[in-house]
Amino acid sequence: MNSIETTLESVVIRFAGDSGDGMQLTGSQFTNATALLGNDLATFPDFPAEIRAPQGTLAGVSGFQIHFGSTRIHTPGDRCDVLVVMNVAALKANLRNLKKGGVIIANTDGFDAKNMRLANVPEGENPLENGSLSEYDVKTIDVTKITRAALADSGLGTKEIDRCKNMFVLGLLYWMYHRPMDNTLAFIQAKFKKNEAVLNANIKVLQAGWSYGETTEMFANRYNIAPAKMEAGVYRGIMGNQAAAYGLIAASVKSGLPLFYGTYPITPASDVLHELSKYKNFDIKTFQAEDEIAGICSAIGAAFGGHLAVTGSSGPGIALKTEAIGLATMLELPLVVVNIQRAGPSTGLPTKTEQADLLQSFYGRNGECPVVIVAAQSPADCFIMAYEACRISLEHMIPVFFLSDGYIANGSEPWKFPNSSELPNITVEFAKERASSDDKFMPYFRDEKLSRPWAVPGTKGLEHRIGGLEKQNITGNISYDPDNHELMVKLRQEKVDLVANYIPNQTIDTGDDSGDILILGWGGTYGALKTATQQLITDGHKVSHAHLRYLNPFPKNLGELMGKFKKVVIPELNNGQLVKIIRDKYFIDAIAYNKIQGQPFMASEVVAYIKSQL
Amino acid sequence: MTAIEKLTSKDFASDQEVRWCPGCGDYSILKQVQTVLPDLGRPKEEFVFISGIGCSSRFPYYMDTFGMHSIHGRATAIATGLKATRPDLSVWVITGDGDSMSIGGNHFIHMLRRNPDLNVLLFNNQIYGLTKGQYSPTSEQGKVTKSTPMGSVDYPFNPIALCLGADATFVARTMDRDPKHQQAIIKRGYEHKGTSMIEIYQNCNVFNDGAFEIFTEKGSKKQETLFMENGKPLLFGEQNEKGIMLDGFKPVIVNISDVSSNDLWIHDETDLVKATILSRFYDDASIEGHFPRPFGVFYVNENKATFDDLFNAQIEEAKTNYGKGDLDKLLAGRETWVVN
Repeated sequence: MNSIETTLESVVIRFAGDSGDGMQLTGSQFTNATALLGNDLATFPDFPAEIRAPQGTLAGVSGFQIHFGSTRIHTPGDRCDVLVVMNVAALKANLRNLKKGGVIIANTDGFDAKNMRLANVPEGENPLENGSLSEYDVKTIDVTKITRAALADSGLGTKEIDRCKNMFVLGLLYWMYHRPMDNTLAFIQAKFKKNEAVLNANIKVLQAGWSYGETTEMFANRYNIAPAKMEAGVYRGIMGNQAAAYGLIAASVKSGLPLFYGTYPITPASDVLHELSKYKNFDIKTFQAEDEIAGICSAIGAAFGGHLAVTGSSGPGIALKTEAIGLATMLELPLVVVNIQRAGPSTGLPTKTEQADLLQSFYGRNGECPVVIVAAQSPADCFIMAYEACRISLEHMIPVFFLSDGYIANGSEPWKFPNSSELPNITVEFAKERASSDDKFMPYFRDEKLSRPWAVPGTKGLEHRIGGLEKQNITGNISYDPDNHELMVKLRQEKVDLVANYIPNQTIDTGDDSGDILILGWGGTYGALKTATQQLITDGHKVSHAHLRYLNPFPKNLGELMGKFKKVVIPELNNGQLVKIIRDKYFIDAIAYNKIQGQPFMASEVVAYIKSQL
Repeated sequence: MTAIEKLTSKDFASDQEVRWCPGCGDYSILKQVQTVLPDLGRPKEEFVFISGIGCSSRFPYYMDTFGMHSIHGRATAIATGLKATRPDLSVWVITGDGDSMSIGGNHFIHMLRRNPDLNVLLFNNQIYGLTKGQYSPTSEQGKVTKSTPMGSVDYPFNPIALCLGADATFVARTMDRDPKHQQAIIKRGYEHKGTSMIEIYQNCNVFNDGAFEIFTEKGSKKQETLFMENGKPLLFGEQNEKGIMLDGFKPVIVNISDVSSNDLWIHDETDLVKATILSRFYDDASIEGHFPRPFGVFYVNENKATFDDLFNAQIEEAKTNYGKGDLDKLLAGRETWVVN
């Protein structure tokens, strides 16, 4: 039949189902196909902490949202235009994320009596039948029945057949939005190459989904979304944790040092380990230690030995590493600490996002223990900021925190990836061998950056001892001298402060360099704040947005930059952390705007808040 | 390797003043290590000593080698990371009973199961010295200390049994008061490829004086100790007149004049079952019919590949299979698109 073709600027689709329904896979396949078409996009996987929560329940609902378009896209979208639900629990959990008048594509089999009971929906109140969805455009399909019919001759059991349901949905959505299937076909062929029956079944159901769109009258509309006008160049899709891993690998290659990653599995940081462990041929050495403490301590051992040493975790794990971060600070060895933040305190909300570990990064150690802190602002930005963390750490002989969060770690976006030759150089020089006739080696002799020599074991004439006890400046011998301790505390602070000379100045991302309100953000809130600022400017307001990627030390011009605005508003996904530091350092009346729900900001709520401050 | 100049024990002494209490058993261990190292035929810069916290952990400061005095309980983890990345170095761990088996217990057992090629010297004085005299995880039950005025209710760890339980590949015991034995054991530990765990009975003359007196003093040493030698019968007593026999799995003390020499237990360092039985010779000396305390090498397993070898073999295998990594290929990934 002939369908009606409509061109859209952007669309938000949310796939939602049971955690066993394969919604993350469906979403990521749709994302790849969309990226290859040249649309700009942002994604947001939203899944439960339980691997298989009881089937059919609200707790077990797993969602994946993608926002794509022919314009620049900075967030996964506040609310979706299309909600795909595999069961009634998925509908119940996600209906509030759907725009009024939006499309619901529902698998009717997931709305039977059993599913209704599991989702705590009273008997006789099936939302597909009771008129409660009258404001939406509801399209019902018995995906289970169609999938089973399509695979009746496949020789597969019912359980295996039902696992192909998500391919039907994917095929249908590919048809609706004119996405090519080639990429997914290749994926299926690779994934199931050892099981031909399952391979063929998946392909058959994917094609059945496409054909369903083409032949039934229910889906009369097809949509075109033109490629986005983006900076010219070659792009690929990338997820945050993957980008962070690539940043570390790139720093290893550019510095000429093999990388050692000592860590312990924890959500949402484990994917950095998984990614890095694939690249052993790059001299990437990953070590899954017995605990968080051994993760960082093994990395300190590797740093002593002359490797680019990195440890990674999330908040609770970082808490355990605290003492060792203090040791690395005293040893003045390079060490990168990756923190993929999640909602806390304690175990908190493991799969939900938050940026509440900033104060922990700044102050969370015993004694005066300053470290350098950088933070990524988007999935692709994890690459360059992880790289920067390594550069600063190696060139300044200092521990550096790289902060990311669950939202950008699992989110993805198109990435205009750099050529390795465009990356800044990382210059590392080990202390050189000495003859017995040379002066005695001084392990804490400092250069203009106040960093000490990196004297790796195995180098003749450089035998020396380091440790957690206070050091005498220059000689590195143990010293309990009161004046020396004060000097060393000040030197370690000054060493961090001096890093400001080696990082870029702060810029205004969106808007003029003066005005009524400066929205100052950091970390994963970038997309929402940028989108909100663009909206506010369109509405005629004098609002600008600056986003910090270097947090300790701050860029040297930050005070001056903030001074050109009547108000500074600091939106954060925490109870007010950056705002405390800004107030403390710059003595300005910065305004805190906070959300602590384990969910990212919606651009619309930021717009509403800023308007209330104008 | 180029010819190595012959080093002496003085070459291994740093310029730092040794600050253990006068009479501490640690002095002897420092001396024996400094005596053994020149004989190992290795350049000084290849030695690294990593310690945790405690009296023993000051050790690296007194060695003119590379060293790190780290944080409590973590030396084993730091050394594992160093050895994994720098297998060319000779890495030593200096630890105590509290450092290795209390606060660092987790890293200690995991190091042993992984088997990195490290030399671990465990100074066991059965007390917390640096914090001024609390009971340790190896203190005997009932130990009266500042923190346990009515006696400790904790049962002690048996370090040798713990190490065998963690599948350690070299487990030995020696004592501060027997320099020759100590030197021989340290040397054997160095020669073992894998983690060499050497428990050293070390007297803390301030907080736990005489804890091992019965094993070290002339009057009782021969009766109370059993010096194990591979391939030789297990003998002890003033004139080595007593021996150990196995009745099934049950060890029995016999007078060697009463039995045929064929019936005596011949020490086999590679026998884990027998090593486990020997590790249980851990009786209170006041118990009638108690077994003597064994010294020497309980167990050696030269067949278990080391962690550092396995770890680095995977890196080499990946390079062989996939070629050296190409960063630009990695960054581009499999699928790209062009925006004009």
